[in-house]
Amino acid sequence: MTARLAIGFAWLAALAAVLFLAVPLLTVVAASVSPTPVFDLPLEGASLRWYARIGRLDGFWPALSLSLQIALLSTAIALVIGTLAAIAIVRGRLPGAETLATALVSPLMMPGLVLGIALLQYFRAVGFTATWSALLLAHLVVTLPYVARTMIAGLALFDFTLVEAARTLGCTYAGAILRVMVPALAPSFLTAGLFSFLASFDNYPVSIFLTDVRTKTLPIKMLQYIEEAPDPTLAALSTLILAATVILLVASDRLIGLHRMAGTSE
Amino acid sequence: MTATELPAPSPVVSPAPDRERWLAIGFAGPATLVLVVLFALPLALLFTASVAGPAGLTLSEYEKLATPHYLGVIWNSLRLALLTTGIAFLIGYPASFALARARGVLRSVMLAALFLPLAASVIVKAFAWTILLRSDGLVNTVLIALGIVDEPIRMIFTETALIVGAVNIFLPFMILPIYAVVAQLDHRLVEAAATLGASPVVAFVRVVMPLTLPGIIAGVALVFSLSVSAYVVPTLLIGERYPTLSTTIAKAFLLARQPGFGAAAGVVLLAITLTAVALSARLGRSGGSR
Repeated sequence: MTARLAIGFAWLAALAAVLFLAVPLLTVVAASVSPTPVFDLPLEGASLRWYARIGRLDGFWPALSLSLQIALLSTAIALVIGTLAAIAIVRGRLPGAETLATALVSPLMMPGLVLGIALLQYFRAVGFTATWSALLLAHLVVTLPYVARTMIAGLALFDFTLVEAARTLGCTYAGAILRVMVPALAPSFLTAGLFSFLASFDNYPVSIFLTDVRTKTLPIKMLQYIEEAPDPTLAALSTLILAATVILLVASDRLIGLHRMAGTSE
Repeated sequence: MTATELPAPSPVVSPAPDRERWLAIGFAGPATLVLVVLFALPLALLFTASVAGPAGLTLSEYEKLATPHYLGVIWNSLRLALLTTGIAFLIGYPASFALARARGVLRSVMLAALFLPLAASVIVKAFAWTILLRSDGLVNTVLIALGIVDEPIRMIFTETALIVGAVNIFLPFMILPIYAVVAQLDHRLVEAAATLGASPVVAFVRVVMPLTLPGIIAGVALVFSLSVSAYVVPTLLIGERYPTLSTTIAKAFLLARQPGFGAAAGVVLLAITLTAVALSARLGRSGGSR
């Protein structure tokens, strides 16, 4: 009886959690098709005109382009150097491997704001004033821990004797890496890439200290729009970003499986 | 030629140990360089800036933080984090058990409901709450329709809005680590406890709770450190009326041009986060060795 009650309570909490988490996302989608400039919910009618106005938001295209450049580049670099470091940590005879593993993940526990002000003062102190490069370097620090964490975990589960087995069976070293190690690690690699791209694309607290008047990333622009004049155009933009995220997640689910990304091995 | 004279099988992948070590160092090199040059050095400089005065070392910036006003600001940050963590735990802990029992389509739907908000922009979600909590917003409409209130209540720019938004944004970070542990739970242990005469409550408190403790600690530490340093949520949902350490830091750098004071506030925020992380690591270890 008590057990039944507890299970019922658990399901109730889960239902509440799912609804609670879905509400803001549904709200944004609903508000984006609002026929009037105020967010009248529930809707009376629907209109797509706000979508047409996204491109006319002041400074939208440069901000989107900057955010994409920084997110893609920082993710690509982080994937390369993070994976190399993970291989050295898991496989190599590296002195201080444990310490390096902890250090690589440590920026994750750091408030983004603190990293932002630390980099701001540091770049000023060394006279580094190139905004674009400063953003890229800062986002590298943001994305690297995601790659390191996922790739160290992925490589720890990889059986390296498989590479040697492939070589014994006649593969070249490069061939063994390409045909055995790369496919086995592809899910970790994709997960790492997805997490770091999202972490960079959505980053506000680090970027805010490193942008200037002309160079602003999309999250900074969006917060500015919201504070200045919120209208359904922003909801339309948010809906498009959500849609892109859904596509990314569905693709990852097909390729990797969400429950694997959630950390269960099942 | 006898069998003993057969050439040894050629080594497959065994370069000299020395070469392998250098290779490993080369592999780890670029990431280590990034970590030192773009993380360790800037942090060191932040500490220096927080104690650097015109005439040598000084704690004057920290003394400013010890005034009643800024102690209140620090308390605001802690209060936000404690309330958010507490409420997220109360919802997230039982929800993780249901999630772990779910199978098939239901599990996919629930996981999607967790991952999508996690992947969605914080600004988008906070913006949604500003729409929902307006005095003519959906929440008020529903409350009035249900007869809970007679006229719209003011929610946006109140502490309620702040906490609702923060719990909403950080809840997945509570559920996922706990779910990862609950999903691995061996249900036979619970049955064994029941067989040995434990009531469900006793079995839960003595068997299930301790086994899920690592997940609880991880989730609590994560949500606490994220919410104590939240910036977008307080900015959009409560604003000036509820200054936190984060908003104070941002103001010191972006508006007031007080980098020394901002650095000191940053060090305090970092100290709070690191204390939470260290405490959880310690609790996690002692829990594991028991």
